[in-house]
Amino acid sequence: MVSPSPIGQSVPRREGAAKVTGAARYTDDLVIPGAWYGKTVRSTVPRGRIRSITLDPAFDWGRVVVVTADDIPGENVVHLIRDDQPVLARAGGEVRHKEEPILLLAAADRVTLDEAARHIRIEYDVAQPVFELDEAVEVYTTVEITKGEVLDDLKGVKDVEVVERTFRVGLQEQLYIEPQGAIAIPEAGGVIRIIGSLQCPYYVHRALKRALKLADEQAIVVQAETGGGFGGKEEYPSIVAIHAALLARKAGRPVRLIYDRHEDLAATTKRHPGVIRHRTVVKKDGTLLSQDIEIVLDGGGYCTLTPVVLSRAAIHAGGAYSCPNVRIRARAVATNTPPNGAFRGFGAPQSLFAAELMVEHVAERLGVSSVDLRRKWMLHLGDTTATGQKLTESVGSELVLDAALNAVQPVRPPARPPVKRGRGLSLVFHGSGFTGSGEKKLAGTIGLEALADGTFLILTASTEIGQGTKTIFCQLAADALDVPLERVSLAPQDTSLVPDSGPTVASRTAMIVGRLVQEAAIEIKERLKREKAPLHVQKSYIQPDSLRWDETTYKGDAYPIYAWACTIADVDVDMTTGEVRVTDLVTAVDCGKALHPVMAEGQIEGGSLQAVGWATIEEIKMKDGGYQNDRLATYLIPTALDAPRIRTILVENPYSRGPFGAKGIGELPMDGPAPAIIAAIHDATGVWLDEIPATPEKVLAACASR
Amino acid sequence: MHEVRYLRPKSVAEAVQLYRTTPACRPLAGGTDLMVMLHAGTLRPEPRAVLDLWSLAELKGVRRVNDMLEIAAAESYTGIIQSNDVQQHLPALVDAARTIGAAQIQNRGTLGGNLANASPAGDTLPVLLAYDAIVVTDRRSIPVDQFFTGYRKTALQPDELITAVRFPLDRQVAFRKIGTRAAQAISKIVMAVSTHPARIAIGSVAEVPLRARRAEAALERGDIAGAVSAVAEDIRPIDDVRSTAVYRRAVTQNVLRELLQAPRT
Amino acid sequence: MRFTLNGRAVSFEGSGARRLLDVLREDLGATGTKEGCGEGECGACSVLIDGAVVDSCLVAVGQVEGCKVVTVEGLADGGRLTALQQAFIEYGAAQCGICTPGMLLAAHVLLQQARRLSADDVREGLAGNLCRCTGYTKIIDAVLSCTK
Repeated sequence: MVSPSPIGQSVPRREGAAKVTGAARYTDDLVIPGAWYGKTVRSTVPRGRIRSITLDPAFDWGRVVVVTADDIPGENVVHLIRDDQPVLARAGGEVRHKEEPILLLAAADRVTLDEAARHIRIEYDVAQPVFELDEAVEVYTTVEITKGEVLDDLKGVKDVEVVERTFRVGLQEQLYIEPQGAIAIPEAGGVIRIIGSLQCPYYVHRALKRALKLADEQAIVVQAETGGGFGGKEEYPSIVAIHAALLARKAGRPVRLIYDRHEDLAATTKRHPGVIRHRTVVKKDGTLLSQDIEIVLDGGGYCTLTPVVLSRAAIHAGGAYSCPNVRIRARAVATNTPPNGAFRGFGAPQSLFAAELMVEHVAERLGVSSVDLRRKWMLHLGDTTATGQKLTESVGSELVLDAALNAVQPVRPPARPPVKRGRGLSLVFHGSGFTGSGEKKLAGTIGLEALADGTFLILTASTEIGQGTKTIFCQLAADALDVPLERVSLAPQDTSLVPDSGPTVASRTAMIVGRLVQEAAIEIKERLKREKAPLHVQKSYIQPDSLRWDETTYKGDAYPIYAWACTIADVDVDMTTGEVRVTDLVTAVDCGKALHPVMAEGQIEGGSLQAVGWATIEEIKMKDGGYQNDRLATYLIPTALDAPRIRTILVENPYSRGPFGAKGIGELPMDGPAPAIIAAIHDATGVWLDEIPATPEKVLAACASR
Repeated sequence: MHEVRYLRPKSVAEAVQLYRTTPACRPLAGGTDLMVMLHAGTLRPEPRAVLDLWSLAELKGVRRVNDMLEIAAAESYTGIIQSNDVQQHLPALVDAARTIGAAQIQNRGTLGGNLANASPAGDTLPVLLAYDAIVVTDRRSIPVDQFFTGYRKTALQPDELITAVRFPLDRQVAFRKIGTRAAQAISKIVMAVSTHPARIAIGSVAEVPLRARRAEAALERGDIAGAVSAVAEDIRPIDDVRSTAVYRRAVTQNVLRELLQAPRT
Repeated sequence: MRFTLNGRAVSFEGSGARRLLDVLREDLGATGTKEGCGEGECGACSVLIDGAVVDSCLVAVGQVEGCKVVTVEGLADGGRLTALQQAFIEYGAAQCGICTPGMLLAAHVLLQQARRLSADDVREGLAGNLCRCTGYTKIIDAVLSCTK
């Protein structure tokens, strides 16, 4: 080694200095001369047909550009999985949710824009909306997973306990502190350049091409410095970008379409809420016999990413346990509410919430410790999951359980009345990378260039959204090239400059794409022994032959590898107000290898607090198909004063195909805290809640009815 | 929307004059409520001008006036929290101010603003009621229990400006706020209680910050259990985005019980 | 009207009722101050006015006449990062970075207190600055590393 390896070192972040000096330029910071402002006019009814759209002739429309569905040159479709979501609803056409986009406006200043919006009248023939899950008739997608045979009829079966329970999980807003936004710039040759706050430049690229009927090179998507995503900027930015592009195209000038927080809260995607029902059969000695699970998720008004969310929810539904007989029946339904979408965890937090609490309920029924029951049930090396995947390496279940238990003080001193203290634990796992043949289909690609000046440039569409992509990739390349870290950098995330590395989602960036960076660096290092710079190498993901997945039967290797986490939550419950304070959270995470320990901890701490918020104070109440919590004064996330002390233990349990053994852990931290908190509330108060958020209203009512 | 003029009087007298003569004029102190509404375009009638009172020296400070403590209307919550006089004589007001927002809001929020807004959830308002504070304006003094006349409505005349709030010195008041989170939270209920004299003032349980009269009568008689029972009838909480009537009623009783049985040490 | 911005005298013409946040970002090119909510809830727009940390989305620009305004751009001393800024980088207190400018200013004020800060003091002092990425842990560690 010529240079000391930066792997496993918490090197300073690439963009750190820019961020602490205010020099980093996020989308709305960019000055684009001549740009107009854009605005979206949205449905005020949850379901119906647009009878008429009237622009008040008393207003001077010469100052404003108006875009309707008729102005869409390509297909009126937001390209994603199904083609059900229009870019804009049309006159005479249907709307399926409140806040559905109907018109777009652009003007030179925001005052004119707001005034124009006030001079538009849209009339609807309203239809009977569907809001409740159990009233929903339209099914977007179903998934069924079976292993062995679940016995529906237990007549004559002796010495078993049957535990049934139903759980509910609520909506959650990603609440990136930078709202959604994009700037569209029309350029020569029919080119549209998008600069935006986004996670997946090529998702936007594809959607843009289709709606604006552009050739590959006519659509350029550039990611600006992005202030948080968490999945909320996986698919939604395609809508913002297409809208901005349509306005820019018609206006013949750049248009900035930047959402304010109210619009962002009211109109953009949320975590899928749902109901999960379990029926678990165990022998009286605790042996797990069967799990029968039903999942219903609410997809909202359009399909978006619902099939993939449901898929992940279903695959994780049994929990991190080995069970011989499993039946998981999952469906996602349509309601007339704004479409739900990607949010860290992507279905797994929802189903794991239920799975973990089932362990608690079974343990309670049997009169045994739930920790002991987890040890009995947990997946070990060589075990088979619900989809029949044999775990052949890097199973971190027992490691993280022991690490977490060893890290906590055995008992906390009791609190002063009326506060009661409790502790709860959860054990979860999360598949790293895309499901099944997803990675194979993506064929994520990166490039690496050796430049004549002795520096190296990584070409990737994987984005930095706070999680440290730029730094990690540079570390991996510098290590493999055996050069100082400073000589490696990344090209901008600009689709005209870099290849499609797949989306920045699914806990795949370090593990899958990072591995490609590593491989490319190894190859360039070799070639530099014989050749001189400049050199260019491209690497694409190749699915190992050993991974087999059947999309139709949902059997096989659902993920290349899983990562495990054990979370222990301590809560204080005020018995006179029902308020729950999570005071401490300890999480042991089986990350394979911590390429950058501080950043790995940062992912875990941040994801854990998001889960704490989901479990406690992040509540969304609906009214007539719209969110009542549509301002930051009413949608509440934890402040520094609310946040527990979070302690992270990184357990390194290498995965043979991850760079240095690293596994993807971006989403895993979202899975453990919620059930651990519910278990802690029970430990403190004796009451079981089956629903999150565990608001004081629910806690107090549950304690009162006890 | 018309462009809004910014007016900056150099004295309270000038402020009063401008307020009286400028159409659709809104007094502005720290801006923690007004600037949000101005930006969102939700103020009705639409304002044509804002009258900046924030920097008027006459509207800053904490001073003794006879046997009362007077806090000027545009003094910040931070100033109130840090005032030795307030800490000594009105500790419940310090408690209340510390629960408002966080540092940024405390540096700009004011009693004048809290009063003029007259939100039923105003965090200091139950404390003012429990202290029997006096609202001093440019032309008169209004006892605070006559100040709130309806939902977000006050006894102020259309051109009247609040200049200060006066407090008696020797009353023991206990305070508690229940909000969704530890900082930056609008209250679900907010309560201030005095035993001698009996004052039970509660916010977020009616359309105005409320004096719980039946509960006070029981407390006056020394009947704590009676007060806790009666307060449920004094309040008229609703279900809203933050909480439910059922919860507010239960917690009002629990918090009252707690404040009466464990007075502030 | 006139005020100083990061030690530099600036003058502004236009309605004094405009938000200080907008004047900073649009008229004065100081885009380090961010808009996260426009409601005074998130603290991303925090600035210092005469040494006090406030949400600039709640300040009418006319109100800073004659005042000293400091934004994140004014923290570093001629390009040299402060100990706090260095600590933010070293401790991993900035992930996506959008809350970082406001967080730094609130922490800067906190650290000017003469006494040694506890973790609880830091939590209370930063309660007006929302962060969604970090869980606050490393932000608190970074600030504590700079206290007396």
